[in-house]
Amino acid sequence: MKLNLVSIARRNVFHRPLSTGLSVLLLAFGVGMISILLLVQRQLTEDFDRNINDIDMVLGHKGSPLQLILANVYHVDVPTGNISLHEAEEIVAHPFVESGIPLAYGDNYRMFRIVGTEWSYPAHYDCELSEGRAWDVPFEVVLGAGVAEKEGLSLGDTFFSAHGLTDESDVHADKTFVVVGLLKRSGSVIDQLILTSVETVWAVHEHVDAEAVAAGEPMPEREITAMLLKKRNPLAILTLPNLLRDSNMQIALPSIELNRLTQQFGIGLQTVRAIAVLIMVLSFISVFIALFNSLRDRRYELALMRTMGGTPGSLFTLVVTEGLWMTCMGIAAGLLLSRVGIAVLSSIVSDQFHYDWSQMGPAPGEWLLVLLAFFVGLIAAAIPARSVLKMDISRTLGAGR
Amino acid sequence: MLIVKHLKFNYHTAAEDESAMEFPDFSLARGEEKLLLGASGTGKTTLLHLVAGMLTPEQGSVELAGEDFGAMSGAARDRHRGRHIGIVFQQPHFVQSLTVLENLMMPGLLTGQTMDQSYAQELLEELGLGHKIWAAVSALSAGEQQRVSIARAVVHKPGLILADEPTSALDDGNAKAVLNLLRRQAQKAGAALLIVTHDNRLKSQFESKVELPLRTGIAHGATKTRES
Repeated sequence: MKLNLVSIARRNVFHRPLSTGLSVLLLAFGVGMISILLLVQRQLTEDFDRNINDIDMVLGHKGSPLQLILANVYHVDVPTGNISLHEAEEIVAHPFVESGIPLAYGDNYRMFRIVGTEWSYPAHYDCELSEGRAWDVPFEVVLGAGVAEKEGLSLGDTFFSAHGLTDESDVHADKTFVVVGLLKRSGSVIDQLILTSVETVWAVHEHVDAEAVAAGEPMPEREITAMLLKKRNPLAILTLPNLLRDSNMQIALPSIELNRLTQQFGIGLQTVRAIAVLIMVLSFISVFIALFNSLRDRRYELALMRTMGGTPGSLFTLVVTEGLWMTCMGIAAGLLLSRVGIAVLSSIVSDQFHYDWSQMGPAPGEWLLVLLAFFVGLIAAAIPARSVLKMDISRTLGAGR
Repeated sequence: MLIVKHLKFNYHTAAEDESAMEFPDFSLARGEEKLLLGASGTGKTTLLHLVAGMLTPEQGSVELAGEDFGAMSGAARDRHRGRHIGIVFQQPHFVQSLTVLENLMMPGLLTGQTMDQSYAQELLEELGLGHKIWAAVSALSAGEQQRVSIARAVVHKPGLILADEPTSALDDGNAKAVLNLLRRQAQKAGAALLIVTHDNRLKSQFESKVELPLRTGIAHGATKTRES
């Protein structure tokens, strides 16, 4: 039996399970909500930044620019439409544009998008082969790490694609894809894609003879879904939209569209944050009241401890420690809660969008949250505890008769 | 062990002059026992609180174990009291969240003395509470609570044991038993025993007595509320 002020404080706190429970619960929810916001924010920022990765502009069919970005950079939305490869290549050839990566897609395999592109696409994300080789002829594919892992596909395996991006009802049973390469995990959207040549995508949809395509026969009016552009000159951002005014194409800037997006759901985030802060404030008031009430009920007990040699300082420490026990339990429960929350969210997000959200480490700002909660808890405990410093033991014990 | 000199105390209430109290001098050596007798309103509890350094006298001094309470700071006074005095209150209070045995460890913990847990256990056994060592204090009967509070007053082997009305709420038989218990424990600890009471039944039991004078005309007002 080791008894000291810290363990006595713990015993006192657990001696009043209801009021302690309420304080801890409130604090856990407050801290948990803010923590989960920080975790989601980190995940979004990381996902966004990693996937933008120097893509300055996206060229695609006219429509919602945000949709264009979401569809072609993050692969979470449907594309705005197809554009002519020829016209797109003219834009890439513009002196203000350094390079372009074509993207063509419209099929999926078990909800994983099959994207026709060039090798520069995975290379752009520093995504290297872990096994096999790059695609060479049509219907050869290279799998992102997440696809290979989830579907258990390896080199030499074959599969059929399904038309569309989100269901598997319309299977192109006549075309067999062959896995020729596997990519290393990059943490980017590539992990969740099946990559192949642009020709493959054409071949699937236009029912062109694969051999003919391989033989390099000219194919009239080829279309792609979008072109990811890297600018050579900042003026590109101003010049290119003018060039496209009369075409069916548009240029969207990922950075600007993302800002708009975060602003839009930023209102939602702000509301949640405000509620979380409110709950935290309530929890501190609850700690305050719990201690205040407990001190009132225990004033004889505390005076008694003074007669047994307890100094005002040690009793103050005792009461503050009680508050800190509640605070620390609340913080710990809150952080646990947010991890459970992010795990649940992660499973939803990875099922729906094939994004990996399983990072559990402390998010930036979380240390500050813990520190802040601890100090506010300290203050919420210190205010009622001050009454212990001023206690008149003679009067308290005399009044106890 | 205890030397009380020229004590004068004032509660500084509205009726300032009338609430002034003067107390007779007395002293107590280790192993001695003394009865402080006084009717309601004579300032018994005030004197007890003065002796324990819980109140500061207007005049005079309380010297405990060779040190004057008046010369100490607040925290030092608390520690000095905790180390050298064990107090049995009329109504026992405990740290409710702790067990019986843990409550007995409190004096040692609060004064920073290392205490022998087996001695505390022994003491409880001796008082017939061996089976209640791990019980919650709220689960004790009134009689058991009083015995535990006596055990707590002696467990850290203080030089002086103060008992405030330990018998006044008890019938003759129990009063005698509690008195014997106090005496035996004080003797065992080699401590001085000072019992403050208005219980005249104890009068015949003590050779050494201090009777507090009845203060005519000032027994009402502030001092009255201090008394049991």
